[in-house]
Amino acid sequence: MSQFFAMGGYGAFIWPAYGVSALLLGATVAVTVRAYRKARAQLAVLEKP
Amino acid sequence: MIGALLLRDMRLATRAGGSAALALAFFAAVATLVPLGVGADLRLLMRIASGVLWVAAVLAALLSLDRLFQADFEDGSLDVIALAPLSLETVAATKIAAHWLTTGLPLTLLSPLLGVMFGLPPRAIAVLTLSLAIGTPAVSALGAIGAGLTMSIRRGGLILPLLVLPLLAPAVIFGAGAVQAALDGLSSGALLFLAAFAVATTLLSPFAAGAAVRLNLAG
Amino acid sequence: MFAFANPKRFMDASSAFLPWLVVATVLTLGAGVVLGFLAPPDYQQGDTVKLMFLHVPAAWSAMMVYGLLALTSLFSLVWRHPLSDVAAKAAAPLGAMFTVLGLITGALWGRPMWGAYWVWDARLTSFLLLLFIYLGYIALWSAVEDEVRAARAAAILALLGAVNLPVIEFSVDWWNTLHQGESIARAGGPRISAVFLWPLALSALGYTLLFFTLWTVRIRTEILERRARSILLGGAA
Repeated sequence: MSQFFAMGGYGAFIWPAYGVSALLLGATVAVTVRAYRKARAQLAVLEKP
Repeated sequence: MIGALLLRDMRLATRAGGSAALALAFFAAVATLVPLGVGADLRLLMRIASGVLWVAAVLAALLSLDRLFQADFEDGSLDVIALAPLSLETVAATKIAAHWLTTGLPLTLLSPLLGVMFGLPPRAIAVLTLSLAIGTPAVSALGAIGAGLTMSIRRGGLILPLLVLPLLAPAVIFGAGAVQAALDGLSSGALLFLAAFAVATTLLSPFAAGAAVRLNLAG
Repeated sequence: MFAFANPKRFMDASSAFLPWLVVATVLTLGAGVVLGFLAPPDYQQGDTVKLMFLHVPAAWSAMMVYGLLALTSLFSLVWRHPLSDVAAKAAAPLGAMFTVLGLITGALWGRPMWGAYWVWDARLTSFLLLLFIYLGYIALWSAVEDEVRAARAAAILALLGAVNLPVIEFSVDWWNTLHQGESIARAGGPRISAVFLWPLALSALGYTLLFFTLWTVRIRTEILERRARSILLGGAA
């Protein structure tokens, strides 16, 4: 198990790399989707009456 | 007509506290601060002189660029100038020339003195001066495009360096590289590349700068 | 493509293809990540090959997005294609994100592979300058108040950057050959065998599809926001 985490000694680089990739990509997706939903909701309110 | 515009811009720049004096003062200030920061070891200063002096010159030249079109834009003079039978591209080219004559050229002329302060040998100083003479027109030219693009932004001066500095990287690389090569006693194609870069940018940028000014006047 | 010039048509078309795009993205990216994670250690590079699967797609995407940015900017200036401005504006932050990701993953890859987190070679330096060009582009959009002016100015800047980037890369490359001894030799790069080619290709494709998905959503968002703004400005219509 600890060998898995060590990744042949390169664990200190590999895990952070996966981490930052997941973080940046995930955050971008989240921000994008949230902005879209907000715009859609705002427009729905404006177009109602 | 072009002559009148050129002389007018130059007169504005060379008055007391104008951009010419500002650029020279900034150049000298940076060149003085660096030795204070890194120590007085002339061997070290000699090695970093090419980069430090080139970067300082570029930054000094950039200082006054944000006002290149903006000053005339704000007080309405630019509208008057635009009505004249000159194309905006010609206006841009004239302003670029005026800027170089009042900023790049004085910086170039001051550089030998600063080169001595950094312990550069005569040959390197000559190359430094020559490289600045060739390269500073590119700074004025590319900077003018940035000035045109940011003309309508109230605090445009802050964003202009961000836009223009990455584009000026080749000038710094070739310019400082030429001096470094002279220092190492090598010959290099640096001055030729720098000249090519400068010629290309000075020939093409009036078109881009003119387009930028036009879009800001029209909008 | 010019059929998309109409914002309404773009909204209709994109709501049709977006679900498929999302599915394709999830499948491709998922497969790429999983295969990359399960890939065996390379006999030369060991497990660091996994870093290649994270870095190369990000760097490739960063550059591809700039190419698209330049292209849409050209359309905007020359053909006045109405959605081009929106598309360009929407693409830039995504490109900047990929550039940051590329820089970080590159540093994490560079340390075990070549011994240094950062070197000033042509590719890395140009890539860093690409980030500054992206940031300047984004800043220009928000700094210019009038939207039409901002679009035109940004388009000019994008094209200026596009023309300059090869020059920058050339100049840094030249500068490095001058200092050959000091730079760390990065000859060629690892030759890729099939077991590594699949994760790499799938990851790269996955990142690309992810970009197109997010780009589409961002364009849709911008269109909706503009519609809302015009209602607010138009008052009771």
